[in-house]
Amino acid sequence: MDAIYLLFLLFLLGTVFGFWYQQTRGRIKQAARSSQSITAIRVGENLGERATLLQFSSAFCTPCRATRTLLGQVVGDYPGIKHIEIDAESNLDLVRELKISSTPTTLVLDARGMEISRAVGAPKRSDVVATLNTIR
Amino acid sequence: MSTNISQNSKLATGREIDARGPRFGALLTTIVLAIVLVTQSIELLAIQTAVFAIGALVGPQYSPYAYLYRKLVQPRLRGPLITEDVRPPQFAQSVGFIFGLTGFIALALNIELLFIVAVAGALMAAFLNAAFNFCLGCEMYLRGAKIINRLRSK
Repeated sequence: MDAIYLLFLLFLLGTVFGFWYQQTRGRIKQAARSSQSITAIRVGENLGERATLLQFSSAFCTPCRATRTLLGQVVGDYPGIKHIEIDAESNLDLVRELKISSTPTTLVLDARGMEISRAVGAPKRSDVVATLNTIR
Repeated sequence: MSTNISQNSKLATGREIDARGPRFGALLTTIVLAIVLVTQSIELLAIQTAVFAIGALVGPQYSPYAYLYRKLVQPRLRGPLITEDVRPPQFAQSVGFIFGLTGFIALALNIELLFIVAVAGALMAAFLNAAFNFCLGCEMYLRGAKIINRLRSK
């Protein structure tokens, strides 16, 4: 029966993809050095004095809410850090420019608006704190 | 300080449902679609497509799978109730409905390849959601919005 083989193949591929998905989502990645500065005008708000956590969200995204809660707590604990949440769908030009393709995507910006790192998916608190500690 | 800018009123949280319900529904969907793929049963696919339709149009908390969840699973679960916004699973049900309907039409018209692609696609999404908590709306919605926006501006 061909369909049984197909089913087996689908579950195999799905399992490989699923582990990759769980491994990569939420991990904070260092930004490329050539990253451009993101200005307050593009974001529509002033950036944080020391750093900004710029979160892109959408309405059909379960981990966006958990990310919002987490980042809200982090900015409460560290002075000079600001959390800005943006609806990705209403800001497609910015989304294209920053090569964002899924939500939540969080960019960690320094005081000048340079992208230090980004996380696709809900990041871990300890990872966010660790990357903020690299910013003076 | 934490702020939201004015244009993201869309992100305001919608109605809340038990977060484990949709995942149980995804498990049942995986089993049903696996049987559909092997047996090519048009009746079973019609039932699954109807379940998707209820989840998409009325809400995932009203689907027959959600009813089974409340009757059979929820009373046996312990631990704190974790809720989530209803809109992400509703979006996933809508995508499931499109795939289910496509598969149903393809099977009725005897277009086997389209049937396999449609059912396999829905099966993958359901399996990934059930087994890995995969968020279809996170991965698909923005990509889709970008494509539609590009097509419109042409």
